[in-house]
Amino acid sequence: MPITRGFRRRRAEPPDGAALPPGQYLTPGFPVLSAGPTPHTALDQWRLTLRGAVDPERSWSWDDLQALPQEDVEVDIHCVTSWSKLRTHWRGVSVDTLLDGAEPLGAYVMAGSYGGYTTNLPIEDVTDGKAWVVHTYEGDPLEPEHGGPARLLVPHLYFWKSAKWLNDLEVIEQDELGFWESLGYHDRGDPWLEQRYQGD
Amino acid sequence: MEERRLDGNAVAGMLSRVLAVDATTVVGTCAGCGAREAVGETLVYADGPGVVLRCPGCEGVVMRFAEIRGRLVADMRGMATMTF
Amino acid sequence: MADWLQAEVREVVPETPSAATLRLAVPGWRGHTAGQHLDVRLTAEDGYTAQRSYSIASAPEDGDPAITVERLDDGEVSPYLVDEAQPGDHLEVRGPVGGWFVWLASRGGPLLLVAGGSGIVPLMAMLRHRANVRSDAPARLLLSARRPRDVIYAPELPTVGAEIVHTYTREAPPGWTGYARRVDRAMLEEVAFAPAERPWVFVCGATAFVESVAEDLVALGHHASRIRTERFGATGG
Repeated sequence: MPITRGFRRRRAEPPDGAALPPGQYLTPGFPVLSAGPTPHTALDQWRLTLRGAVDPERSWSWDDLQALPQEDVEVDIHCVTSWSKLRTHWRGVSVDTLLDGAEPLGAYVMAGSYGGYTTNLPIEDVTDGKAWVVHTYEGDPLEPEHGGPARLLVPHLYFWKSAKWLNDLEVIEQDELGFWESLGYHDRGDPWLEQRYQGD
Repeated sequence: MEERRLDGNAVAGMLSRVLAVDATTVVGTCAGCGAREAVGETLVYADGPGVVLRCPGCEGVVMRFAEIRGRLVADMRGMATMTF
Repeated sequence: MADWLQAEVREVVPETPSAATLRLAVPGWRGHTAGQHLDVRLTAEDGYTAQRSYSIASAPEDGDPAITVERLDDGEVSPYLVDEAQPGDHLEVRGPVGGWFVWLASRGGPLLLVAGGSGIVPLMAMLRHRANVRSDAPARLLLSARRPRDVIYAPELPTVGAEIVHTYTREAPPGWTGYARRVDRAMLEEVAFAPAERPWVFVCGATAFVESVAEDLVALGHHASRIRTERFGATGG
């Protein structure tokens, strides 16, 4: 391929000492990536359901979610399209809190969104302080285009696992393929191991 | 208003890797709602890990594409029929 | 059509403070139809590649393609093409692509073109084609731009042989008595050919603009099957 004289990737420089996963670059802004139209869910209609191979199944209204213990977290996020954002701030409920007192009977979770998006991941990647259902980003209510009212946040995996417009957490015994996974993206998606595609 | 969505014209180049004919003039039938539309009229969401084409009538997914290790993976099940 | 062709920049012509036309030399170019676009691929020295789509601005009769690019402020490719590209630079192109959003003079008219900003590019290819073949199809272009200096092809528009209607959304020329607002249904009703004349309609610009105009035209009685739309996006830049 011929080289285009003078052309280079636009990117920001990482702060000193910051390590990025392989193949990732910092980018200005917060890109909006979407597979479809932005759902708009009124808070009095909003529900999150935990169901499937879990005992007991449960469900929360918006008020129920807000009444649970909240956590503030600072995390780095990494998108499989290779942009990363460091030190982002979110507020929400740990998935451990949602599972407290419930016994998962399966090793996998399918996260589902308003609008039909799905993504599968191992249950051990959403437990032990690794995942939250978040509703506040940088101190403000999470905007719909970034997944509001609430999204899943799993920062140690590629960001397509952090399902926007979260509505459903289904515990499953056998792994199943979510929206992007069924086209060939990885079941787990660890950016430090560059698990972008099935078989990586 | 979905500011970021485009239409099938935006993926014509990519689809030239899939179809030997000009893709935007292919007329498909949405498997979801039965509407007939040219690929050029579909709504395209192209920012993400892949590209999603949706029916302008029911917004259901008619086609999906992702570039996996340099190869284009296509799921066209959302088009019940296609007329070339 | 699926293969990338080597291209060389032959000339860079500034059009407005934020847009430029690049005339390309593309050995093996098989020609195009007015309204089509091409994909451009740039490769950096470290192997990084970026691809974007640009509408072909030149008429089919003019041979090798020219594209007009508008600079997006935080873009990655458009600032390079508008501000840095020079004659002799190497790119790759794929195309032409997009046979849906096209007009040939043999299809006849009347021809109604509605452009928002840089959406004028593929429509200008249609008007240049129409002029080249001396088509007698009536043609009208409704062009929305922020200010007079943002109008791409401004010097050529009065001579391309179509009725040109301007509307300015930020600042009109001094003494302007024409439209000075966003395109709306009332304006379209005044400017468009009557639905009974069954014009071919092409609408191009940002998504919000295109969808609003198309909706208004259908509400005014134009049949959806005669309206073709092309949405320009900021995905990439």
